[in-house]
Amino acid sequence: MSIITGNQNKAERPLMMGNEAIARGALEAGVKVVAAYPGTPSSEIPKTLGDVADEMGLYVEWSTNEKVSLEVAAAAAYSGLRALCTMKQVGVNVASDFLLHLAEYGSRTGLVLVTCEDPGSLSSTNEGDSRPYSKMMEFPLIEPGDIQEAKDMTRWAFELSETVRNVVMLRSVTRMSHASGNVTVGDLPETDVKADFQCNGEFFDQMTGPVMTLPSTAPAQRLRQHEGLAKAIACFEESPFNTYTGPDRPGLLIITSSAATFYCREAIAILGIEERVGLLKLGTTWPLPPRLIEKHLATADRVLIVEEGTPFLEDNLKALFADRIETVGPTRFHGRADKTIPSVDELNPDIVMAALAGLLNLPIDHSTADYRQRISAALEGNVPDRAMTFCPGCPHRASFWLLHEALKLDNRRGFISGDIGCYTLGVADCGFRAVKTVAAMGSGVGMASGFGKLRRFGLEQPVIAVCGDSTFFHAAMPGLVNAIHNQADMIMVILDNAGTAMTGFQPHPGIPVGADGKPLPALDIPTICQAMGARVEIADPFQFDAARKTIAELMDDGGGVRVLVLRQACALSPARKGKKEWTVSVDPDKCLGEACGCNRLCTRVFKCPGLIWDPKQKEMRIDEFVCVGCGVCAQVCPQNAIRVEKVVNS
Amino acid sequence: MNQANLKHDPYNLIITGVGGQGNVLASRMVGDMLSRLGFDITIGETFGASQRGGSVMSHLRISQKGSYSPQIPMGRAHMIVSLEPAETLRVLRAYGNRQVKVITNMRPVRSISVISGEQTYPAPETIMGWIRDFSESAWFLDTTETAVRLGNPIFGNVMLVGALARTGELPLDRDTFEAVVRSRMPASKVPVNMEAFDAGGAMIEDGRARITNPFYRDLMQACGQIG
Ligand code: SF4
Ligand code: SF4
Repeated sequence: MSIITGNQNKAERPLMMGNEAIARGALEAGVKVVAAYPGTPSSEIPKTLGDVADEMGLYVEWSTNEKVSLEVAAAAAYSGLRALCTMKQVGVNVASDFLLHLAEYGSRTGLVLVTCEDPGSLSSTNEGDSRPYSKMMEFPLIEPGDIQEAKDMTRWAFELSETVRNVVMLRSVTRMSHASGNVTVGDLPETDVKADFQCNGEFFDQMTGPVMTLPSTAPAQRLRQHEGLAKAIACFEESPFNTYTGPDRPGLLIITSSAATFYCREAIAILGIEERVGLLKLGTTWPLPPRLIEKHLATADRVLIVEEGTPFLEDNLKALFADRIETVGPTRFHGRADKTIPSVDELNPDIVMAALAGLLNLPIDHSTADYRQRISAALEGNVPDRAMTFCPGCPHRASFWLLHEALKLDNRRGFISGDIGCYTLGVADCGFRAVKTVAAMGSGVGMASGFGKLRRFGLEQPVIAVCGDSTFFHAAMPGLVNAIHNQADMIMVILDNAGTAMTGFQPHPGIPVGADGKPLPALDIPTICQAMGARVEIADPFQFDAARKTIAELMDDGGGVRVLVLRQACALSPARKGKKEWTVSVDPDKCLGEACGCNRLCTRVFKCPGLIWDPKQKEMRIDEFVCVGCGVCAQVCPQNAIRVEKVVNS
Repeated sequence: MNQANLKHDPYNLIITGVGGQGNVLASRMVGDMLSRLGFDITIGETFGASQRGGSVMSHLRISQKGSYSPQIPMGRAHMIVSLEPAETLRVLRAYGNRQVKVITNMRPVRSISVISGEQTYPAPETIMGWIRDFSESAWFLDTTETAVRLGNPIFGNVMLVGALARTGELPLDRDTFEAVVRSRMPASKVPVNMEAFDAGGAMIEDGRARITNPFYRDLMQACGQIG
C-alpha cells in the first residue's frame, strides 16, 4: 500500500512531495478522471495517480497536449465524474482557447485545473504566471501555502467547483510541487459513480442541456458565471485557508500567498519581529474576499505584498483598496511595484528578510559577513561551473553533431530552428550551438515553415527544424501540415527517443503503453509524415556513416519539406538504462592528445561527460563510472584511437 | 513519538551532488527516517536539471516546532552532506558558516567545462584544505570505490546516509533506516542497502575519515570570535 492510497493512522503524518499531496487530495475528493500533458514541475501528479489507477478505479491519461487534456477532463465533469487536469504554466496558454469556453459554460461536477509554475525558470525557458487567466476568464483561483494545504485545498477545490459550477484553478509553484512535508491524511471515499452525459435538456440548463457557448447565449452564461464568482467570494470570506498571525495592530502588514508564505514566516522568525509585523496569508486569491481584506487593511498603515510571479495579488489588492479607501484610511503599499521586492526571479527567505530589514530599518546580521567574504575570496574562480549538458550516451549529442557537421560542410550559414525538450540544450555547447531559435512547443517547425518561404526574398540559408517525438504529437503536426501544404523549403528532423525524456520519460501517442502501464496502440511518426506528403527517411544517430549519407542526400534534395526521423532511445529509457552496448577504451598509442592534430576533438568539442581529459598526462581517458557505452565517441575520433568492444550480454 | 532533542531547531541539513548520483533518494530516506521519529520535516529539492549533469541540492529542515521554508536562508546550514567535492565548495560558499559540519565523498565528477579544458578541477588536497578552513569539522570519504564493490556507484548515496547517522549529529539509527528501506524497496534490495549503510558508518568510525579542523582556532581568532 503506497502512502498515496493508504488510510493511515492519522498520527503517522507521512512525508509527501507537494505533487503527491495534490494527488492524495484528489483521491480523497473521489476524483475519477485525470488527464495531463507532462511538464516540470507538474508531472508527478498524474504519474502518482497513474500508478494507482487500477487500485483506485481511475482513468488516467497522458494526453497529446494540454488543450486536449482539459477537454478530456471536462467531458468527465459534464458526465457526473470529478475530474483533474494538470499542467505547467506554459501549458495553460495552450489550453487557454478551450479554457475560455469552459469557463463561460461552467462545469457540472468538480473540475480542477492544477497549474504548476516555475518562478526563477528552474526547469523552464520562461517564468510564467497563469493567475491572470482566472481574472481574465472569471473563475476562482486558490493557492496552497504549505504541503498540508496542498492536500487539503485540492480536496476542497472539487467541492468549491461544484458550489460555483465552474472550473477551479489551483496554482502551485516549484517550491511547493517539489518540496516535501508531513501530511495528515484524510479518508478515501467509497465512490461508485456512473458516467452519464445528459444533453437533451433545455438549451440554457447548465446541468442537462447541450454544452456550448454561442453568440446569443454568451451574455446570459457570463451572468451565470458571475453568480458563481459571488458564491466563491462568500466562501472565501470564511475560508480557513486565509489565516492571520501577528498583533492586532501591526505596524506593518505582510500579505502573501503560496510558497512565499514559508519565506515570510521564516524571515519574521529570524528577524525576531513577531510583535511588530502581521502576516495575512491568503489561500483564496481570486476573487479576493473584500470584507476580510478591508478588515486587515484597516489595522495597518503599511502593507508589504510578497508573492511569486507577477504583481497579480498586489494589483488586485490596490484596486480593492481604491474602492474602500474611506473606511480603510491611508495605506502605503510595498512590493514589486516599488522594487521593495525584485521584479523578477523566484523569491527566498533572504529576499524577504532584506525587504523587511529595509522597511523597518533593522540592522543586518554582520556576524557571518567575514566568513562570506573569506570563502568567496578563497574560492573565486576555483569551483568549476557545472553547466547543463546532454546525458552521457544521449542520442541528441550525436544528432546535433551530425547536423552541425552537415550545416558546416554546406557552408551557407544554415541553422536549426529548435523546440522544447531536452534538445533545447542544442543552443548550448553540448548541441554545438546549432540551434538558433527556441520558442513554444511546436514553434520550431512553424518558424521553419516561415523561414522556408523566404527564398523569394533572398534568404539562402538552409533551414532545419528539430522536435522530439512527444512534441511532434503535441504541437508540431499542424506546423508540419502548414509547411508541406505551402511548400516551404526545409528539413524537419524528428529526434525520436521514444518518450517524453525531459520530464521523466512519460509515454505519448507514439508509445504502445498508457499512464497506467497497460498496452495502447502506438502511432507511427514516419507513416504519419509520409501520409502528409513529405519525403521521409529514418536513420540511427549512433550509426554515423549511414546517417551522414542520408542527411547529405536530404540537404541536396532542394525544395519542399523533407522529414528525417533520427531514432535512438533516450539514455535514461528502460531499454538502455544500465545496459552498456560497448566497452570503450582509449588506445594510448593512437591517442596523441594535443599533439595528434585533432585538437582534442573528443573532449574539447564533442564533450561527452564520459570522457576525461587528463591535462597532466596529456591524454584522453574514459570515465568508466559515467560512460554508458554508446560507442559514439569512437566514431568522432579521427585517429580511431577509441576502441570499442561489443558487450556480450549473458 | 520522538523524545530526542535536536542540536538546533530547525536543524538545517543540505545534501548535494550531481544529477544521477541519487541525491533525491538520499534526502527522502533521511526525511522519512526523521519523520518516523516524529519530527516535522520539510525538504526542498532542485532537480529540474538533475538528469543532465547539473548540480543538485536538497534542503532538509528538521524541527519539533513545525514546517519551515523549503529553502534554507544563506549561511545557515548546520550540516552539509555531499556526494561530490566541487559541489561541497559551491554549497559551502552559499550556505556555510563557522559552525558548519561537512561530510563529503571525494570522488570528483568532472563537468564539461573541465572535460573541455576551459576550467581546471582543483586538486583533492586543495579542496580538503578549503573545506577544513571553512567548516568546524569535516569528514572526507571515498564511497565510490566501496559502492562499486557493492555492485553500483549509486550506493554511494546510502553510504553517506550511513555516515551521517554515525556522526551522531541527528537521531538517525540503523533500525529506522531498515524500516524505511523496507517500505521503499523490494525485500531483495534490503541487504545490499544495509551493507552500504554500515560501510558508510564504518568510514566515520575509522579515525582516518574524520579530520577535525586544525585551522579552526586560527580562523576563529582572525574573525574575532575567541581569545
Ligand atoms: S534525458 Fe534522454 S534525451 Fe534528455 S539529455 Fe538525457 S539522454 Fe538525452
Ligand atoms: S561511449 Fe563515448 S560517447 Fe558514449 S557514453 Fe561513453 S564516453 Fe560518451
